[in-house]
Amino acid sequence: MTLTEIRPGAVGGGPVAGRGPWQLAWRRIRTDKVAMVSGAVVVLLCALALAAPLIAAWTGHGPDEQFRDTGITAQGLPVPPNGEFWFGTDRLGRDLFVRVLYGARVSLLVGVVATGMAALVGVVVGLLAGYYGGAVDTLLSRLMDVVLSFPYLIFAIAVVSIAGPSLTATIGVIAFYSWAAIARVVRGQTLALKEREYVEAARSMGAGDLRIMFVDILPNLLAPVIVLTTLLVPAAIVFESTLSYLGLGIVPPTPSWGNLLSEAQGFYRVAYWYLGFPAATLLITTLAFNLLGDGIRDAIDPRMERLFSRRRRTRKGA
Amino acid sequence: MLLEVSNVVKHYPITAGALFKHVVGQVRAVDGVSFDLAAGETLGLVGETGCGKSTLARCLAGLHPVTSGSVRFDGTDITNLPRRRMRPYRRDIQVIFQDPYGSLNPRRRVGSIIADPLVIHRVMSGEQLRRTVQELMERVGLNPEHYNRFPAEFSGGQRQRIGVARALALRPRLIICDEPVSALDVSIQAQILNLLKDLQVEYGLTYLFIAHDLSVVRHISDRIAVMYLGKIVELGAADPVYDRPRHPYTNALLSATAVADPDEAQRRRRVVLTGDVPSPIDPPSGCRFHPRCPRAQDICSTEEPLLEGTEGTEGTAACHFPMEVVV
Repeated sequence: MTLTEIRPGAVGGGPVAGRGPWQLAWRRIRTDKVAMVSGAVVVLLCALALAAPLIAAWTGHGPDEQFRDTGITAQGLPVPPNGEFWFGTDRLGRDLFVRVLYGARVSLLVGVVATGMAALVGVVVGLLAGYYGGAVDTLLSRLMDVVLSFPYLIFAIAVVSIAGPSLTATIGVIAFYSWAAIARVVRGQTLALKEREYVEAARSMGAGDLRIMFVDILPNLLAPVIVLTTLLVPAAIVFESTLSYLGLGIVPPTPSWGNLLSEAQGFYRVAYWYLGFPAATLLITTLAFNLLGDGIRDAIDPRMERLFSRRRRTRKGA
Repeated sequence: MLLEVSNVVKHYPITAGALFKHVVGQVRAVDGVSFDLAAGETLGLVGETGCGKSTLARCLAGLHPVTSGSVRFDGTDITNLPRRRMRPYRRDIQVIFQDPYGSLNPRRRVGSIIADPLVIHRVMSGEQLRRTVQELMERVGLNPEHYNRFPAEFSGGQRQRIGVARALALRPRLIICDEPVSALDVSIQAQILNLLKDLQVEYGLTYLFIAHDLSVVRHISDRIAVMYLGKIVELGAADPVYDRPRHPYTNALLSATAVADPDEAQRRRRVVLTGDVPSPIDPPSGCRFHPRCPRAQDICSTEEPLLEGTEGTEGTAACHFPMEVVV
């Protein structure tokens, strides 16, 4: 018997494309306007950050280039937004628009890389703690408690005073803080998932611990991890800004949103744009990531599905 | 004998205290169970919820370590083998689980779920693997083109077919069916039972078939074991056990099954048991059934009856005062 033949007793109809949980989540999130707009904002920000050198070349303003003739008023103050400088200039006559874009490169890089590292460590530690339990769990859980109870600013100051402020140190400090939150969630989920019957089925077939952890359990906790990671990115960006604002993160002249804000604080009475644009960009980015994270959570959470279908049904009936 | 189970005991310790854990009691989930299973045979294991059927199944499948006793598979002692040495036997002993929803990973495609045992034991890969999986799906009555779907896209009966295909993949010799149909509609139950029967003939499978529904077990079993509170109270060939139960508990269980024929139903007498199943933490002394037994006498509370045959009857029953051969 060939495989294309379907026996009369065979259950089901013709070939139908398998619609996985991810595809279902995608279909749900597509109907969520807030999440889609936030997603578009995030994509746009990333595109602008990536294209920053191109935009700088196009405007003819380098990120560290000073325009003493056009960029500074006779009184030596920053120039307000105009046709040449869209966001105005800063105290040294540099193009604020270009500097905000370059700042986005740093902020997004730090946010994504630090959160990515944190997610990797958090998932592995959480899986190990939850799956093995016992002494392993006790040890790793206490480690998470210790990390979460560190006073983060003091720790950051200590690290910076030893290693010196740099991009690597900033990413390291933020990743060190974020992994424990992910590990806790993963541990809790793993505790619940490892009791599921399909895990027992895998064990009855002779699957090893690693296979059970990464093939059977991990796909089931990707959803909360993705949501949490999306929500941790804006936290990391704010964290980076805080560190840079205090002079502990990214050092000028490399622009980052944090050190732009720090430079601008003496000028907010005379130059609203100097503080306003970097702050607004930071706010929009954080908001977009948070709303996107909420949208993803709603799309992945199966309880929301019933809500959606009910809504659809009433709409049809009306 | 393919499977020899002798005096298997599984106790779960009850611990108290957060920091200094100490054992305050034992749940006697399985308390000394022995039986043999010949190749090609089906043994039905019945009993109420909580009598230790599933625990026994998990012990035999090597999922839970047994507290004492021994399990021999094809002459080899496989009791509490370390994982690596258990691996070859896992190929021969497969499990079909009760819950067709819980036992299939919702985030994995059906093809990869069925391929799991073949991949884990490195039997085959690539195109050959896909072909084998599709043949298996076809054999259990699933559309092989659906191998890319997720479990959520199948009905309960179809999911249980997936579970059957997975258990069948390695061509095992023994399949432990842990209530494989109790979560399904009655009409679907029959389909799955017939499928299991066909597969048994085709591949020479041996089944340990666990259920709490006696009519389901009768349909498929050669022999029946009745469990009560962690012990087997009656063991014998299917028809004699059904037609002439010896143990009062078996009798009560049987009288509770529904009969299609209303005349027959009129003639039957329901034996209604009083009270609840006692706690397996502190089981009754002597015969564990004595507090609820309509035939109990003084000796029942002091002396534990052995699982033994009576002259002139087939099968064995653990009772001091077994039922006369009339119902």
